[in-house]
Amino acid sequence: MLLARTFEDKIAALYRAGKIVGGVYLGRGQEAFSAALGMQLDQKHGDVFAGLIRDQAGRMAFGEPLLDSARTYLGSAEGPMRGRDGNIHRGRPLRGMPAMISHLGAMISVVNGMLMAKRFRGRTDVVGGATIGDGGTSTGAFHEGLNQAAVERLPLVVAVADNQFAYSTATEHQYACENLVDRAIGYGVRGYRIDGTDLEACLEAFAEAIERARRGEGPQMVVGKLLRLAGHGEHDDARYIPPDLRDKPFGGDCLPLARERLLDEKWLSQDELDELVTTTQESVDEAVARAQSEPDPNPFRESWHALATKHLAEGTLPAD
Amino acid sequence: MAITYLDAIREAQSRALEEDENVYIYGQDVAAFGGAFKATKGLSERFPGRVIDAPISEDAIVGSAVGAAIEGMRPIIEMQFADFSSIGFNQIINQSATQFWRTGVPCPITIRLPSGGTEGSGPFHSQSLESIYAHYPGLIVMTPATVEDAYGMLLEAIRIDDPVIFCEHKLLYYHLKADELPKTILPVGKARIARAGRHATVVACSAMVHEALRAARELAEEGWQIEVVDLRSAKPIDTDTILASVARTGRLLAVSESFPWGGLTAEVVSRVSAEGFHLLDAPPQRLNSKDTPIPYHPNLWRAHRPTWQTIAAATRNLIQL
Repeated sequence: MLLARTFEDKIAALYRAGKIVGGVYLGRGQEAFSAALGMQLDQKHGDVFAGLIRDQAGRMAFGEPLLDSARTYLGSAEGPMRGRDGNIHRGRPLRGMPAMISHLGAMISVVNGMLMAKRFRGRTDVVGGATIGDGGTSTGAFHEGLNQAAVERLPLVVAVADNQFAYSTATEHQYACENLVDRAIGYGVRGYRIDGTDLEACLEAFAEAIERARRGEGPQMVVGKLLRLAGHGEHDDARYIPPDLRDKPFGGDCLPLARERLLDEKWLSQDELDELVTTTQESVDEAVARAQSEPDPNPFRESWHALATKHLAEGTLPAD
Repeated sequence: MAITYLDAIREAQSRALEEDENVYIYGQDVAAFGGAFKATKGLSERFPGRVIDAPISEDAIVGSAVGAAIEGMRPIIEMQFADFSSIGFNQIINQSATQFWRTGVPCPITIRLPSGGTEGSGPFHSQSLESIYAHYPGLIVMTPATVEDAYGMLLEAIRIDDPVIFCEHKLLYYHLKADELPKTILPVGKARIARAGRHATVVACSAMVHEALRAARELAEEGWQIEVVDLRSAKPIDTDTILASVARTGRLLAVSESFPWGGLTAEVVSRVSAEGFHLLDAPPQRLNSKDTPIPYHPNLWRAHRPTWQTIAAATRNLIQL
């Protein structure tokens, strides 16, 4: 969580300094919810994590290298997307991290397919995690995806971050049910309703959901209530968010809340925490500096064809 | 024992299922029912667990195929009608078509589209969408016009590591027959000279190849030898073969069942104009369906699409230009 927050603060600062190409979308406020899913999944075991735009923490917890994030944001040709896609559209599909497309809900069925493939190969013990926001649950793709997972009884865990706003649209314009978790019954899946700002609650809920999915109980839908603590993107000042929402129970910042808990329970000392903050900042600075020093993609060395089957590509093909 | 175009499609899928354990079929009604057109009849029994019925969710159907492909499977998606692929359009053009270019991981899916108009099918069971999908980078679009190509090109489509949009024409399903399945076919990416000629080149694909051949037989009785080129794929287009043909004839008519704005015929004309201008003795022409949705009533439907009569008329006109 700390790494994600520290990294994103840096990227946001670079964005305001004009050093980032394209948009910056932060997961500020969602780190606990996101990290909990990423942590409880097991990349080495073959689990899948399909994060979206506010899942910096989850991706890192799952196993995405910090350098992948830094390189993608800073347009290094050595990043996983090689400049062909940017910011949060990055991924490593062969390592259980499919690269999102912008259309919300579309990744749910992709995860389903990955799980179906694993099942074909006899791996029924892997779990796929897919994240979505309250706004994303309104799409047809989300509906089709979750329904498909339920019909196929796939080991899918959907993490719905109900952060109260989809861009500027508050939840009363997004859904009419009392709580998004009410939909779980409609899909025939198990639903969980948790405080998305409480790291412990998130860790427990995802541990259970993942365990049940792994045991073959079908899809699990975990809805975490929290508040988006940033604009939709860094270009957005979010003045439409009423300031008094910060004082509501779901409006807390999961990082200081976790920090308090760690100190209260004496699981970490203040010194250890300070040390962690320092080394985290150093890691971030180092990764960003390295990415900044690397070359940009070269349009004259691009192959400019989009097929794996080169002889069927149209147009001129420079030597690859 | 005559083999229909549809039999060929079923045989190709059967062979693919047998030869490669990574192949599976997913679509509505494909399992026990054997598919709306019976293209998968008997396959779920012969290959248990590998021919799976899907809910009416074209978006999720395609999305899941992409996910399975990432993990090394080779899914064949049967859309019940080409027209319904528009529900899965986002997953086709934005997910499957960009996967390899963005991530370096190939997306070996095959999407079978029962395409084209038949009498009485109306606006939503008749569409030819090769032009739409050819437009997007990252897709291969096949348009087989013969029983041999229906078999051989589908086998190739499944083997290819890219998303292939396989446009099967419904009019050809039961009426086009061959004596036997081919051992080899022309490579994908090559167009076929369906009929050699001298006076004009008619470029067509799919069912329109047969309409063009009929028009050519008609014109032969008037003394004109028309060369008919079967494109075989909308993407890639075999520009070289088309140019070679126009070099022989000097006159070009591109015919398609697609709607008239842009599309396959415009692409062919544009390439020949740009790269073979000096070969042309007359302005290149296009013949498409009319610029309305596809009508339901047979009277209207027959007037909406190119037929051998309108192709013959357009060719006579071209020859006189």
